[in-house]
Amino acid sequence: MEKGTLEEKKSKRRVSLTGDDAIAEAMRQINPHVVAAYPITPSTQVVESFARFVADGLVDTEFVATESEHSAMSACVGAAAGGGRVMTVTGSQGLAYMFEVLGVTSGLRLPMVMAIANRALNSPLNIHGDHSDTMAMRDMGWIHLYSENGQEAYDNTIQAFRIAENPNVRTPVLVAIDGFQTSHMVETLTVEPDNLVKRFIGEYIASYPMLDIDNPVLYGAADRPDYYMEHKRSQLVGMINAPEVIQQVGQEYGALTGRYYGLVEEYRMEDAEHAIVVMSATAGSVKDVIDQLREEGVTAGLLKVRAFRPFPAEEVAKSLSRTKSVAVLDRCGTGGAQGGPLFLEVRAALYEEKSPPQVINYIYGLGGRDLPLRHIKDVYLRLREIARTGERGKLVDFLNLRE
Amino acid sequence: MVSFKLKDIATREEPFAQGHKMCPGCGVAITVRQIMASFEEPVVIANATGCLEICSGTFPFSSWRVPWIHSAFPNAASTIAGLESMYRAKVRRGEIPKERKIKFLAFGGDGGTYDIGFQALSGAMERGHNIVYVCLDNEGYMNTGGQRSSATPSGARTTTSEVGKVLQGKQQFRKDLTRIMAAHNIPYAAQAAPSKWLDLMKKAYRAFEVNGPAFINVLCHCPTGWHTDPTRGLEFVQRAVDSCFWPLYEVESGVVRITYKPRKKIPVVEWLKDQGRFKHLLRPENEELLESIQVEVDRIWNQLLKDAGEEM
Ligand SMILES: Cc1ncc(C[n+]2csc(CCOP(=O)(O)OP(=O)(O)O)c2C)c(N)n1
Ligand code: SF4
Ligand SMILES: [Mg+2]
Repeated sequence: MEKGTLEEKKSKRRVSLTGDDAIAEAMRQINPHVVAAYPITPSTQVVESFARFVADGLVDTEFVATESEHSAMSACVGAAAGGGRVMTVTGSQGLAYMFEVLGVTSGLRLPMVMAIANRALNSPLNIHGDHSDTMAMRDMGWIHLYSENGQEAYDNTIQAFRIAENPNVRTPVLVAIDGFQTSHMVETLTVEPDNLVKRFIGEYIASYPMLDIDNPVLYGAADRPDYYMEHKRSQLVGMINAPEVIQQVGQEYGALTGRYYGLVEEYRMEDAEHAIVVMSATAGSVKDVIDQLREEGVTAGLLKVRAFRPFPAEEVAKSLSRTKSVAVLDRCGTGGAQGGPLFLEVRAALYEEKSPPQVINYIYGLGGRDLPLRHIKDVYLRLREIARTGERGKLVDFLNLRE
Repeated sequence: MVSFKLKDIATREEPFAQGHKMCPGCGVAITVRQIMASFEEPVVIANATGCLEICSGTFPFSSWRVPWIHSAFPNAASTIAGLESMYRAKVRRGEIPKERKIKFLAFGGDGGTYDIGFQALSGAMERGHNIVYVCLDNEGYMNTGGQRSSATPSGARTTTSEVGKVLQGKQQFRKDLTRIMAAHNIPYAAQAAPSKWLDLMKKAYRAFEVNGPAFINVLCHCPTGWHTDPTRGLEFVQRAVDSCFWPLYEVESGVVRITYKPRKKIPVVEWLKDQGRFKHLLRPENEELLESIQVEVDRIWNQLLKDAGEEM
């Protein structure tokens, strides 16, 4: 696998950026043909920073500041069908407003990347972080990558283009960060040299560009019941091929930058008896708690899910099969289901195991509710108790909730 | 300039091929053919959900010999804006030679334009994309069985503005979308009808010629939704024009120009009669309603004359 040159290694930059600006910086380096977007807290700063790059001529992107997110995603569909690199940014109500067009993007197999600063959905209105926005679109045919911090947000944005554009995938990818916790947190991260990013993402050769007017194509035909199912089945091929591509791109990126990525990340799982499964920023807090608990003799571990769609069921089952008790932390309500969306996936993934661990579910952090470390610690202590007594207790519960 | 001689038009290969599934006598199909015959350079089309889209692009068939995209109902304007933006980005990067001119055309029905796509259209016009948006106004949601839209004339019976014991069809006057689009101060906005085909084609040609967004609103007869004789569609459209219910005009850089003035303005009832959807208006008890429609049509026509600096 290709490694970065010595000169490139030297021109890496350590910079302090918010999560939003980390994404904007990646966008500057990617230099998409078209960015169409509409502002919404807490991802507005991505759009604002990018608009500055456009104003300063640092990119030659056609920046379309639309009048709504519906139009932003629609313009992205048109632009991507035209045959070039396309990106947008949104979250929460903005994502909900796009909903109609999200399935068009994936159904037309249009590669593109959407950065999301996760935010709660109305009502009540709340501008703070939780995953109810992207979870509501989890089956719209998009690949979902969740980022723990600004560094991952930067790295994921770059890798997302390679994943989306892979001819065996041709599926749009969203890159999510936690609203405020990551979007507005200033962290020090490594920014790769422009030419390395350019080389890594390479030239994009679109499959059926509409702007190739000598070879007219038709996008978005209507289907009757005689073809719809076959088309939907063929769309799934992209999802089926995605895990291998996500891992391969993560390895290639790692060889160049030293930061490797897979479908999931394990933290002290080798001998863990009690595991938490979580996505995004909270994984960082969980790691701190694990280090503490390990000193106290609790065999705690973390399984962080990076790729939520396609869901890495095999990797999850393999990682958790050795544990005795598992708590899945969902930053999203159940909506009347048997638990949060991550929990449902994890529990289903363990169904085939001969002696699966006990699995419980916690809903946490809705609308930006803080999750102090002591609550995470309590979860592990409960997991240890479940393992000791065999008594599972309540299946779904809330963390840090006044009742 | 492309030749508008009948002989030349008739022998040119049509980008909109036969075999589509529009109803016999459909005014939308005629209008699309006229528009497509009014220019020569390559074109890329975005089509909103509606009669034209369904009837010309149901898999595995297509009537389009040019690149064509359908995304959804409200977003033909934003979809074509995205395509035009990609074109500009590619020309800037030298990925498409700048001599390679491409036209960007959107088709939407009155539902996809006056109503659900109104915001996307307004946004695209305000941003100044170099696009032509053609509204195929058949005065209702015809693809879904003929419901009311904000383009439906007052008094018209539709499946959501019924005629019954207390209501006599659509209660409200129609939205004047062409003027609203002109108020965006775009380079070109026009109103046309397929019965005046040369006028329509010249407007389409001009719309593509100007630099920036252009909008054309075309009244298209719909025998199925209007409950009219499919062999007389153009005659009905022409009556709308001659009664000044549907004036033909253009607004270029703020200057209003009436492109066709009926020698003898016919009463509105002449346009309404023989159409199933207006039948109830001719009943004696609806005389007042009919009168109010005439008053409103006259008011708007007089305003247009004034704006065009013409004699009343
Ligand atoms: C968001 C959304 N709402 C409703 C519909 C259903 N629908 C499809 S076409 C249509 C009406 C189309 O009317 P118009 O735009 O006037 O086109 P026409 O068929 O009359 O040419 C409606 C209501 C839809 N496809 N999408
Ligand atoms: S319903 Fe009306 S507009 Fe639609 S295809 Fe038939 S005649 Fe044309
Ligand atoms: Mg209509």
